[in-house]
Parts: sequence; structure tokens; C-alpha cells
Amino acid sequence: MKNVFPLALSLLIAVAGCKPSETAAPSSDTGAAQPASNRPLSIKGSDTMVILTQRLAEEYMKLNPGRMVQVNGGGSGTGIAALINGTVDLAQASRPMKADELASAEKARGAKVVETPVALDSLAVFLDEANPVKELTLQQLADIYTGKVRSWKDVGGKDAPIILYGRENSSGTYDYFKEHVLNKADFSPKVQTLQGTAAIVNAVSRDVNGIGYGGIAYDKGVRALALKKDAQSPAIAPSVGTVADGTYPLSRKLFFYSLANSPERVTHFVQWTLTPEAQALVKQVGYFPLNTR
Amino acid sequence: MRDRARRAIDGGMTVLFTAAGAVAILFIFLIFLFTFKEALPVFTDPEIRKEANLKQFFDNAQPAERFEDRYVWQPTSDQPKMSLLPLLLGTFKSTFIALLFACPIGVAAALFSSEFAPRRLREVVKPAIELLAGIPSVVLGFFALLILATWLQDAFGFTYRLNAYNAGLALGIALLPIVFTISEDGLAAVPRGYREASMALGATKVQTAIKVVLPAAAPAVFAAFVLAFGRAIGETMILLMAGGNAAIASLSLNDPLRTLSATIAAELGEVVFGSAHYAALFFIGTLLFLITFISNSLGNLIIARMRRRMQGESA
Repeated sequence: MKNVFPLALSLLIAVAGCKPSETAAPSSDTGAAQPASNRPLSIKGSDTMVILTQRLAEEYMKLNPGRMVQVNGGGSGTGIAALINGTVDLAQASRPMKADELASAEKARGAKVVETPVALDSLAVFLDEANPVKELTLQQLADIYTGKVRSWKDVGGKDAPIILYGRENSSGTYDYFKEHVLNKADFSPKVQTLQGTAAIVNAVSRDVNGIGYGGIAYDKGVRALALKKDAQSPAIAPSVGTVADGTYPLSRKLFFYSLANSPERVTHFVQWTLTPEAQALVKQVGYFPLNTR
Repeated sequence: MRDRARRAIDGGMTVLFTAAGAVAILFIFLIFLFTFKEALPVFTDPEIRKEANLKQFFDNAQPAERFEDRYVWQPTSDQPKMSLLPLLLGTFKSTFIALLFACPIGVAAALFSSEFAPRRLREVVKPAIELLAGIPSVVLGFFALLILATWLQDAFGFTYRLNAYNAGLALGIALLPIVFTISEDGLAAVPRGYREASMALGATKVQTAIKVVLPAAAPAVFAAFVLAFGRAIGETMILLMAGGNAAIASLSLNDPLRTLSATIAAELGEVVFGSAHYAALFFIGTLLFLITFISNSLGNLIIARMRRRMQGESA
């Protein structure tokens, strides 16, 4: 009885030692037999684009049995960093890559970065459906998010504090908003930062005095506000027409970024996303196809 | 022959256990070394010190009217502002509420379980509360974000759905099993003789529990508080989800908050390696380590003293 324990231990070690080699053998066999395109294509980046890319990937995998696509969020900055570090095949971004990011990608990966615009998105400003405010000028929006205006009363609403929701600083939407609405000024410290546009929409829909921003495709249970370029111009709500003719002030391109030396499984997918059938999906998800403009 | 084999096995096992202990200590040491090494540029690198240095972290009032605009954490701004004050306040506000909630309830539940509950009930209550420790913090965070926040706002009419009360309560639920388990073990370990002596002198059950058993178990109860404090300081996911994540330098418990740990979790994914922001995040990590290290050491010191005093009195 006393000798059982060391015996069991050595047995355990022996079994544990064997296991990897047993499982490794068959998998390396199949790996050699399969075409290279059977390696899953990994995509990471913008949380705004997750539902779009996910939908495209599903359709793509249905049309091309045997090809695998994995989609992850994390924010545009996170996806671009992963592309630079070589941990993903493709980065999705809701903002263009910055010059220093392009340079460090070329240095680290030894190839140029290829930019492919895949859809148009309009950045919507969300309010709770019960909020009486119907329109804001870009200046008012900037004042609200920098903390100058703190009550809805000052922008034509009722006497209640404005509750600000925004995105993490790893988000492309955050960068876009800061650059195009705030003119690079700092967000108020009172902005509650949430992970992803879905979280913002969820928070605003539960908060009568809340305001948030994000991709128009997430417009569920909240109201997308009409915006005015300045006090004199007309208020324009985001729609296919206003994004197409450029009258809605906050619209932007969504991108895929890959490397010039990336394998066939990457280019095959990216090429496909520009076909009419893929662009029809773009519209179905709630974004705008490239040819609208 | 048999004897020699037994001794060899015994020796081998001793080496094995010593090695396991040494590995655990080595890991902690290496992790601290790594964290500190990454934070070091804050003290040594002149380029990084332009943006991130101790004066920036603890004493850099911006010219602004409102207090909350004077101390701000905005590391990715064109002019980075890295005051740790809003983050420190966020951490201490949530910890304060959590301890205020978890300590009395945890100790009261432990007293109930060890002193008042019939044996059968105790066998249900104890594992049930300890099961709370098994709830992943992300689940607690999600519960607080969607349900608890709405309840609290409906009940008290808070301006902000996500505030220090919401975050603190959710955190308190996570601390409850820690306070309960350790206090309960301490209370159960109080010798039977204490209770019998107290009863023999005519004290009621409640008097015995509060005036005799609880003071006798004071070191264990205090140890529970110290451990709960350490967990509260380091907890991340609950606060990231339930705290509202706005770095506001305010003492008000109605405002949303952002803690030191949540800041690391939210920003380390995006930060450029080797930048001032990166070093600042690791400085926060070092700071968290120091806070828990000091509170645990102080706690142990006080516990040791309490124990000594108690033994001195009883001897």
C-alpha cells in the first residue's frame, strides 16, 4: 500500500509525457495534407466593424466551404497593433492608419500595408427616445462633450444634467469624434467610457438624460439625432441619401488593412468583400456601400 | 532495505515541496521585478519624465475653476495629463463602500453560522456563502451593470446610473465570502471553554457571542478585513463594468468612477510599448502592489500584536 503513491506518480508522469506526442502526430499529418488556405483567416480591430465583418465572414464561409474566418473586436488601435505585431492577418479599422503606424508596420513586417476601404459609416449621435431634443449643431455637440454645456436646458431640452457616454481611447470612433467634433480638444473627465458601441446604445436607452455616439448600424432602441454644421445650416439626419451626397456632417470610411506580402487566403477574402453581393450585405447590416458616394 | 527506500522517498518529497514553495515565491518576486522595471523610466528616462513623473502623478493642478477639471487623467491627449488623483479617489471610494457593506454583514453572518445556527442549517449556510466566491467577477460586473444599477437608480434617484454605490455594492458581494469564511473559521476555533465559562456566569447566548467569542476571534476577523481590502484594491472587472469608467476627481459617491486597476485593464491593450503612457500604467501597477503589500504587512503586524496580547491576558 505504501508503495502505491510513487508508483501512481511515475505512471502519471509517463502518461502526461506521452500525451502531446500522441495527439501531435495525426494533426501534423492532416496539416500537411490540407491546402494552405485551410488555415483560418484571423481578423481583429474596430468594435464598430465587428457585426459587419462577422456577417461578411459568415456569408464568405458559406460560399467557400473549407475556408475559415475568425473575427475579433478590441478597437481599431488594438487591431492595427496586432497587424504590426504579426498576430493577425487582417486589421479592421474605423479610422485611417497613422503615418507612424504605417512606418512601424513596414519595419516590423517587411512589407507595405495595403488599405482597402470596405464601407461607408455615418457616426450617429444617440439620445434616449424620450429626450425632447431633436437637433444639435456641431458646436453644441462639442460644448457638451468638452463639459462646457452641462444641462439639457442650454441646448433646448429640459432642466436636467447631461450624462455623457463615450468610447475607450483605443477606439477609432473615439479618435474620429475627437478630431471631427471636438477639433482635437479633450473630452470632459465626466465622460463614462464603455467598451463598444453596443454598450453605449444600451446605456443611453436606459438613461433619459444620456447622450452617446457610434456607428449608425447600432441604432436600436435609441434615436439618432439630426445634426447641423452650424446654426444657419439645415438639420440633417443620417440616412443613405444624406451620407451619399455628403450633407450629413459625420461620415467616414471603414477599412481593412493587410500586408502586401500576405497569403492568398487574405487577398481572396478582401477581394470578395468588394463584390456586389458582399456590398449588398454591407447595406443589409446597416452601413452604406462604397458606391453610394 | 525498506527503511532506506522510505527515507529516500521522504527526502525526495521534502525537496519537491520546498521547490514548489520556492517557485511560488520566485514568481511573485519576478512579477514585481518586471512591473517595477517597466515603471522605472518614470524615474530615470529624461524623455519620458517630460510627460510622466511623480510631480505629474500627484501634484499637477491644471489651471481650471472646478476641482474635477484641475486634476485629470488624460494620457492620450495632445498635452498628456496624468494626474493619478481621480484614479486613487475612484479606487478608495469603491473600496470604502465595499468594505462598509461586506465587513458588518460578513461578520454577522459568520457569528450566526458559528454561534446561533443549528448544526443542520449551518451545513447549508456555510457552503452557500462560500459558493459566492466561485461567481466569476465578470458575471457580478454584468449583474451590477444591467440590473443592480437600475434598481438603485429607481430606488434612490441617482443622477448617474453607474456610480460609486453601484460599483461598491457589487464589489462588496465579491468580498462577502472572504470576510465570512475567514471570520467563521476564527470564531469556530475559539475554545469551547470560553463559551461554557461565559454561560456559567449567567450570560445569554447573544452576550456570549458578542462580548466573549467575537473579541477572542478578533485577530481572525481583522485578518479577514485586511484580505478583503487587498482584494478590493486589486479587483478589476467588476469596477470596469459597474463603475462607469469616468476618471473624475470628486469625493461624491454619486459620480461615476474609474479605479487604478480598471485603468490598466482598459488602456494597456492600446498603449505604445515604451511610451510615457506605458511607463505610467506600470507605475500604477507598482503602486497597487505597494498599497496591498503595505496594508497586508501592517495587517499582519497588528494581528500578531492582538494575538500576543490575548495570550498574555489568558495566561
